[in-house]
Amino acid sequence: MRRIVRIASWLYAIAVYGFIFLPVVVLVLFSLQATSFPIPPFTGPSLRWYDAVLSDVRLTSALVNSLLVASISSLAAVTLGFLSAWGFARFVLPGSGLLRGLITLPLTVSYLIIGMGLLVLFNWAGVPKSLLAAGIGHVVINLPLCFAIIYSQMGDHQINIERAARDLGAPEWKVLLLITVPVMAPAIFAGFFLSMTFSWDEFVISFLLTRFDTTLPVEIWNLLRSGLNPKTNAVGSLVFAVSIVLVVLFELTLLRRRKA
Amino acid sequence: MTAPLVDISSVSHRFGQHTVLKDVSLQIEPGSYTILLGPSGSGKTTLLSILGGFVTPSDGKVFIRGEDCTSVPPAKRPTTTVFQDYALFPHMSVGSNVGFGLRMQGVDGATRAAKAREALALVGLASAFDKKPHQLSGGQRQRVALARALVIEPAVLLLDEPLGALDLKLRRQMQDELKAIQKRVGTAFIHVTHDQEEAMALADHCVVMNDGRIEDEGPPERVYARPATRFSATFMGESTILAGTVTAATERTSTVATPVGSVSLPSALPVGSAVALAIRPEHLVFGEARGGVRLGTAEVSDVVFQGSFKRVLAVSTEDPSIQFIAKLPATATVQPGDTVAISCDTDQIILLTD
Repeated sequence: MRRIVRIASWLYAIAVYGFIFLPVVVLVLFSLQATSFPIPPFTGPSLRWYDAVLSDVRLTSALVNSLLVASISSLAAVTLGFLSAWGFARFVLPGSGLLRGLITLPLTVSYLIIGMGLLVLFNWAGVPKSLLAAGIGHVVINLPLCFAIIYSQMGDHQINIERAARDLGAPEWKVLLLITVPVMAPAIFAGFFLSMTFSWDEFVISFLLTRFDTTLPVEIWNLLRSGLNPKTNAVGSLVFAVSIVLVVLFELTLLRRRKA
Repeated sequence: MTAPLVDISSVSHRFGQHTVLKDVSLQIEPGSYTILLGPSGSGKTTLLSILGGFVTPSDGKVFIRGEDCTSVPPAKRPTTTVFQDYALFPHMSVGSNVGFGLRMQGVDGATRAAKAREALALVGLASAFDKKPHQLSGGQRQRVALARALVIEPAVLLLDEPLGALDLKLRRQMQDELKAIQKRVGTAFIHVTHDQEEAMALADHCVVMNDGRIEDEGPPERVYARPATRFSATFMGESTILAGTVTAATERTSTVATPVGSVSLPSALPVGSAVALAIRPEHLVFGEARGGVRLGTAEVSDVVFQGSFKRVLAVSTEDPSIQFIAKLPATATVQPGDTVAISCDTDQIILLTD
C-alpha cells in the first residue's frame, strides 16, 4: 500500500512538472531542429535557426528595442517607486493608507485594461504610438511593484541611520544618495530586475501602444501569424533565456539581502 | 560666572494629546558631564531629541552658545548624537563612518582620513579603520559611534542611552572610558540613562526626571545625600519612606509623628503639615543606635547576599505597609523571620516636604 502511494506521488510530481515545463522543453528542443518544420522527428541539433534569427534585422532591432524599453522603463519605475516608498515610510501624510493602496492598485488591474486606457489617453493627448508610449505603459505596471518591494524593506531601523547622517551635517539629497540608496540597494536591484523581467516579455501593452518600431514579443507575434517554424522557436528560446537570467539576478539580490 | 553653553528655557512638548515635557528649564555648563536620569516615559529622551534638533518643542526655546536653536535642523546645529543603536552606516568602512561629518563639511580626503584615525585612536580603535561595522563587537561599534560624533568637534555631544545595549561588565568598563574621554576632549556631554549607578558614576551634574518634569538636579553626591523629592529619593538609590505629620515645633526643631513612632528633626516646620522621611539603606541600624532615634521593630522578610554587603528587607511591626530597606555588613547574622529593633541616626534622615 505504502509503495503504491509512493509511486503515485512520484507520478503526480512528474505530471505536474511535465505540465509546466514540457512546452518549454519542446520549444527549446525544436529550436535546434535542422529541417524546416518544428515537428517530430527531431533532426538536429543545429544552430541554423539561431543564425537566421540573429541575421534577421527586424528581429534583432526588436530585440534591441525590447532591451532599451525594459531597461529605461525599469530605471524610471524603480526611481519613482523608491522615492514614493521613501516618502511613505518617512513622512506622516494625510490619508497615507489610502494613498498607499492606490499606488499598488495597478497590480490588480489587467494589462489589457491599462493598455486600452493608455491608448485612449495618448490618443486624446496626441502622443503617437511608439516605443516611448509602450515604455510609459511599462512604468505604469512596474512602478507599483517596485514600490511594494522597496517599501516592504524600508524598516524603522534605517531611520536612525538617516538621522545620524543629517546630524553630521548632510543635506537631504546627500542623505538619500549616500545613505538611503546604498542601504536599500538590494531591494532597489530586486525591484529593477523584476521590472526588467516583466517588461521584457510584456505583450499586450506593447502591442497596443507601438506601431512601426516594436518590441520582441510583438515581433514574435508577427512572425507567428505566418505559421510555425523553428525560427520562432529559436527566438522564443532566446527570450526565455534572458528572462531566466533576470529572474536569477532578482533571486540573487534578494538572497544576498537575507544573508546580510 | 560664564554664560551657560546650553539654555533650555520653559520647554514643553506634546505628542498629540499626550504631554511628555512640562515646562522644563535647564542650563548646561561648558565642559560638564550632564546625566538626564529617569524611568522610561519620563521625557528624558524627548528632551535629548529637542537638543539634537530631531524634535521641535511645542513651547519654549533652546539656546546653544547663546543662539536660538529651537527650530534649527540637526545638520545645522553644533550638536552631534550618539544613538542607542549606534546607527553606523553599514555600507561604509569604519574610517568612512568616522570621516562622514568632515566629508559633509567639504574637508579633503587626506585630512579626513588623518582626523578619523586620530578620533579612532582616542577611543582605542585605531586598528579598525578599514573594517566594516558588522565585523565589530557591540562595544567597538559604540566607540566608532562616539568617534564619529566627536570628530567634527561639536559644542555639545548628546548620548542616548549609549550603554543600554551592552552587557553589565562592558557597560561599567565603557562608563569609565566615557568619563576619561570626556575629560580629555573637554566637550560638554549630555547623556540619557535610566541606570542610576551609571548616573552617579559619570555625572558632574545629575538631572532626575519624572513624568515630563525635572524632579531634582545637582551634583550626584548632593542629589543622593539630600534628594529634593520623594521620587528622587527612591529613583536615585533606594530609600525607606516614612509618611508623617508635624505635631509640634519650636524655633529649631520639629516633632514628626510617623506610624513607627515620633521623630525629632532639626528643622522648623509648620505644625500639622504632612511630610515624608526618607532613610538611605546604609543608614538604617538593626538594634539600638547610640544617639539615634528608634523606629520601632520589624520582621526580616528577605536577606540577599550581594558580596560586599547584605541587602535586607524588613516589614514594620507597627505598620505592615512600611518596608525597611537596609544595607548591612556581609558579616551580619540576620535571618528571615527575625524580629529586630530598627533605629537610625537623626542626622541621616532626609526630610521631604512634597
